[in-house]
Amino acid sequence: MSFLSLEGLSKRFGTHTAVDGLTLSVEKGEFVSLLGPSGCGKTTTLQMIAGFVEPSGGAIRLEGRDLLAVKPAKRGLGIVFQSYALFPHMTVVENVAFGLEMQGVAAAERTRRVGETLELVGLGAFTGRYPRQMSGGQQQRVALARALVIRPQILLLDEPLSNLDAKLREEMQIELRQIQRTVGTTTILVTHDQAEAMALSDRVVVMNHGRAEQIGPPHEAYERPATPFVANFLGRTNLVNGTTVRPEKIWFATSGLAGKVRTRIFQGNHWLYQVETAGGLVTVIRQNTGEAMPGEGEAVHLAWAAT
Amino acid sequence: MKSTPYLLSLPALLLFGAIVIIPLVMTVLLSFHDWGQYKGIEPVFTLKNWREVFTDSYFLEMFWRTFRIAFFVTLFAALLGAPEAYILNRMKSPWRGLFLLVILGPLLISVVARTLGWALLFGGNSGLINKALVSMGVISAPLPFMFTETGVIVALTHVLMPYMVLAVWAALQRLDPQVENAAVALGASPFTVVRRIVLPQVMPGILSGAIIVFALAASAFATPAIIGGRRLKVASTLAYDEFLNTLNWPLGAAVAVLLLVALVAIVVGASRLVERRYAQVFG
Repeated sequence: MSFLSLEGLSKRFGTHTAVDGLTLSVEKGEFVSLLGPSGCGKTTTLQMIAGFVEPSGGAIRLEGRDLLAVKPAKRGLGIVFQSYALFPHMTVVENVAFGLEMQGVAAAERTRRVGETLELVGLGAFTGRYPRQMSGGQQQRVALARALVIRPQILLLDEPLSNLDAKLREEMQIELRQIQRTVGTTTILVTHDQAEAMALSDRVVVMNHGRAEQIGPPHEAYERPATPFVANFLGRTNLVNGTTVRPEKIWFATSGLAGKVRTRIFQGNHWLYQVETAGGLVTVIRQNTGEAMPGEGEAVHLAWAAT
Repeated sequence: MKSTPYLLSLPALLLFGAIVIIPLVMTVLLSFHDWGQYKGIEPVFTLKNWREVFTDSYFLEMFWRTFRIAFFVTLFAALLGAPEAYILNRMKSPWRGLFLLVILGPLLISVVARTLGWALLFGGNSGLINKALVSMGVISAPLPFMFTETGVIVALTHVLMPYMVLAVWAALQRLDPQVENAAVALGASPFTVVRRIVLPQVMPGILSGAIIVFALAASAFATPAIIGGRRLKVASTLAYDEFLNTLNWPLGAAVAVLLLVALVAIVVGASRLVERRYAQVFG
């Protein structure tokens, strides 16, 4: 029996169906991402698990218990909101301690656990600050600590990194993964960023129009996309002579599909090519190894491994 | 040009000086002039009026009453207005607009008309509600309302509550709704959410509303004049009487100036306190 299961979960707002019969099983300790464009139903799904939105149909079970029968305040889930939703009138310690206070944990035990959790997220020195006095990355860590300190059965992350700049986001991805491994909490991440989902998760659920298009490990979903939507959403694709090929799987050869380089863009660690061929425009990504590469206007041949 | 900003603001400054500063300075000067029943106002320098205001227990009692009324009006406006704003903020779209209109609507009606409404409902034996209650046998004698402090406080609270509701509503609109959800998810009951999460965040709004209501209540004229009448005087009605009935302008000026100074001191002191308390948290 799986740890958390969504069984035919649906949500309709008037005539609009936000989530359409979603079925998903999550194992204990697993990191699962709900991935999709905005309006695909991923956030609604998260809110139904959290209890802020009532499903129109289906069931949610946690260790076999019916979670829908439990009030949001009693579900004991840790949630990190997109806006962080920190309590602005409380210090970092007060923010993190709030959940323990609600559970009636004794003061001494509370102090110990708050300290431990703040150390875990690397904020041991910021205890007396107010959220307003902290950077976005630090606020994010407070939000994570506040969610983790109550030792939730499930950690729900709603686009937690989308308000951070690119470099910080990458750092936080690595850190988030490490923290999740350390504490071993079952985690569900909602994101529209396929790189983030692939970097963090054990499995991704690619969603579109309220349905799961594919559920599987990131590598599998990327290499063997179940639908054209999944293929496109998880990265660039070329449709050449009826076969789907990823741009980085194509190389320049002495023979093969003939074409002419239309544009060449240098992106530091790789080159991005647009090649005109008889089969249409083909995108090619080649790693920058320092070797000379074909220039714009040059005649080239393209080859790729048959799948 | 360095002087351009000053030149540009000169017309406004002149107007401000002409209609605010000069009459104010003249009122202050007037409070130091002498006055007699038969000689009228004499432009000499005397501390007579000020000595009278500070030593006569009549004035002390009257100023106490003014600020006591203002305090209770502020308290009741906060106790009723803050929950009202919270409920208003949680209403769905068509109802919210409708009830906002209901709350703000009275601002469109003259204070005099609204206060007379209270007088019609409660005024003496002929007041509608008093009459109904007496005839139903709920009370044996009409509730005292006219010429009582209770009456003034009730009517002023009604008149000034929209200002409190607006101030608190503005503060509520700045809240992130997810913050309440975050507290719920951490196990907080609805009551705890209001007490520990919502209330502290809208406290600056309640306090700024309180400052507005207090200042307006302490300087209110029409409501205390109608409900309180001659028997229950507050600073503004007393100053009015000195000016227009006794014709003792210098004494009226001293009362008016003292009310102004006391109000400015209270309001500035209160907002300083509020700012210092919340600067760190809400920046």
